[in-house]
Amino acid sequence: MVLVLVEHSEANPTDPSLQALTLARSFGQPVHALLVGAAADLSEHGVSVTHVAEHVALGSFAPDAWAAILGEVAGRLSASAVIAAGTERGNEVIARLAARTGLPFAANCIAVSPGPPVTVTRLRWGGSLLEEARLHGSHALITVAPHVVPVEPSPMPADIERFTPDLSDEDLLVRVVEHVAALGGGVSLTEAKVVVSGGRGVGSKEGFAMIEELAGLLGAAVGCSRAVTSAGWRPHTDQVGQTGTKVAPEVYIACGISGATQHMAGLKGAKRILAINTDPEAPMMLNADYAVVGDLKEIVPAISAEIRKSR
Amino acid sequence: MRILACIKRVPITGGRIVLTDDARAIDTRHLGFTMSPHEECGVEEAVRIIETNGGDSVVLTLGPSEAVEQLRDAMALGIDRAIHLLTDDQEWDGEATAAALTEAIQSDEATSGRFDLIFFGNESADSAGFQVGARVARALGRYCATGLKGVSVEGSSVRCEQEVEGGRDVYVLPLPAVLTVKEGLNLPRYPSVPGRMRARSKPVAVSTPLRPEPQLELVRLIVPAGQGRQAEVLGSGAAAAPAVVEVLRKAGVL
Ligand SMILES: Cc1cc2nc3c(=O)[nH]c(=O)nc-3n(C[C@H](O)[C@H](O)[C@H](O)COP(=O)(O)OP(=O)(O)OC[C@H]3O[C@@H](n4cnc5c(N)ncnc54)[C@H](O)[C@@H]3O)c2cc1C
Ligand SMILES: Nc1ncnc2c1ncn2[C@@H]1O[C@H](COP(=O)(O)O)[C@@H](O)[C@H]1O
Repeated sequence: MVLVLVEHSEANPTDPSLQALTLARSFGQPVHALLVGAAADLSEHGVSVTHVAEHVALGSFAPDAWAAILGEVAGRLSASAVIAAGTERGNEVIARLAARTGLPFAANCIAVSPGPPVTVTRLRWGGSLLEEARLHGSHALITVAPHVVPVEPSPMPADIERFTPDLSDEDLLVRVVEHVAALGGGVSLTEAKVVVSGGRGVGSKEGFAMIEELAGLLGAAVGCSRAVTSAGWRPHTDQVGQTGTKVAPEVYIACGISGATQHMAGLKGAKRILAINTDPEAPMMLNADYAVVGDLKEIVPAISAEIRKSR
Repeated sequence: MRILACIKRVPITGGRIVLTDDARAIDTRHLGFTMSPHEECGVEEAVRIIETNGGDSVVLTLGPSEAVEQLRDAMALGIDRAIHLLTDDQEWDGEATAAALTEAIQSDEATSGRFDLIFFGNESADSAGFQVGARVARALGRYCATGLKGVSVEGSSVRCEQEVEGGRDVYVLPLPAVLTVKEGLNLPRYPSVPGRMRARSKPVAVSTPLRPEPQLELVRLIVPAGQGRQAEVLGSGAAAAPAVVEVLRKAGVL
């Protein structure tokens, strides 16, 4: 059997975890699920047993404790693979399990074949490159890249088994002791329907006024490239890309951004890309759906004026 | 205090990734190299903490001989000295990397004293294994917090902030601790000219570990489809504005 860590929000399994359950079925073995804190209805997702860990100390996230529980259940059931979603938490918990067991861990997989040896295809470089790899170990530890594998329902009645894990003080030391709520305000970059993004071509901090103006007219979020955050023109929270935010708007407007692979890594979810650049051969111009050649300092204000005129 | 930052040399891939003929690596013949932005923030944080608290800082890498460039970059930002674990050009998997780093850390600590903090990137830029920090922490028997965008040393403990949906989760760990960090933690300084000059004469200790057989074995790399689409050119200059508005309208966002 294979064991899948299922993350949930108030007993609702998260989408990336359901995607992980779908990929787990590639092993062709019974799939067991592990949830920490609460049971969830997984009867549509091909799970034969749902294990629910309950412990008074698990009210807040404690990554070592989660890894300990996962290891305990996997050991008890002799799981051949342990799988989680490639979310921050999923990767963190599986990494800690890998550290405890010395087993190989392949992060952000998009395909697996059961082997032996287990073979995976996984994301590198924020998804700009794929890697085919073999896992040599008695058991495989895998996370599944979020939002790549479509969820395929597979109805099956699941037994629920509740248990209280044995946790040491050491396992519980690293835990969330406080949550600081974000200030909020403005359109969120991850949820915006339109993102107007500026790169080095914007030229200065002040230059972003025209980017903000266009964004305001479109109800869009403002994004930027790393060249811009490194220069201190915008905060890192605006940065799109491999080491910034991944966006998924209907339209992404890239103004004066060259289109380095690490920037494009943040645009995989964008439906349409409109590029504005003086260089018609810039990678962004070649990878966009629509291109406008020229100086953004003329083009961006002209688009804003045109939108105003049309209202 | 004593602080260590672990960094990895990676290529700057530019607009298009080209692979070597055997598809087991990126063709780097025409590329520059750097450390990951996450790791740069780890280096900057190490320098800042030492600037406020006093002590010494070390940078550690496992990589080819050219990786000394990235060690010098870190020392130009203010790190005091470097340890270079020399490899040929082969990939090392997460477990092997962690084992070699752990051994180097233990041997440095045996002579110079314990590191209060060890910084890693949350994930390396190229292989993105999401694991070396956690493995080293476990091997050293130290607590670890990951994916941090806020770090502050408070006496004998460290307050760590992780960005999550809706805000930040806070962890408090006793020192010594292992922290993996993300870009956005701070805004790294640019190296100054005197900083670069000083870096040239800072010490780099070199040793050559043996590469074990990988547990996670790279078979081949694949460039995903979709690189190099053909864009529809809407026009040039301000005259293209009406066509842009038409596109926005068709997309249903106006
Ligand atoms: C490991 C790693 C991770 C990284 N992560 C990220 C990331 O998350 N996000 C990110 O963005 N980058 C990231 N980078 C950096 C990335 O490689 C590029 O350096 C960066 O994206 C370049 O930003 P840019 O396009 O704004 O600047 P440039 O590459 O300098 O491009 C500027 C563009 O503006 C155009 N231009 C200039 N003037 C004008 C004008 N007046 N009107 C119109 N166009 C004009 C130019 O033709 C050019 O195409 C990362 C790099 C590494 C190595
Ligand atoms: N070869 C290496 N030398 C030094 N540090 C490394 C090396 N590989 C990975 N690391 C560190 O471990 C972090 C996580 O790497 P990874 O587990 O590959 O994603 C990186 O951001 C680095 O800080």
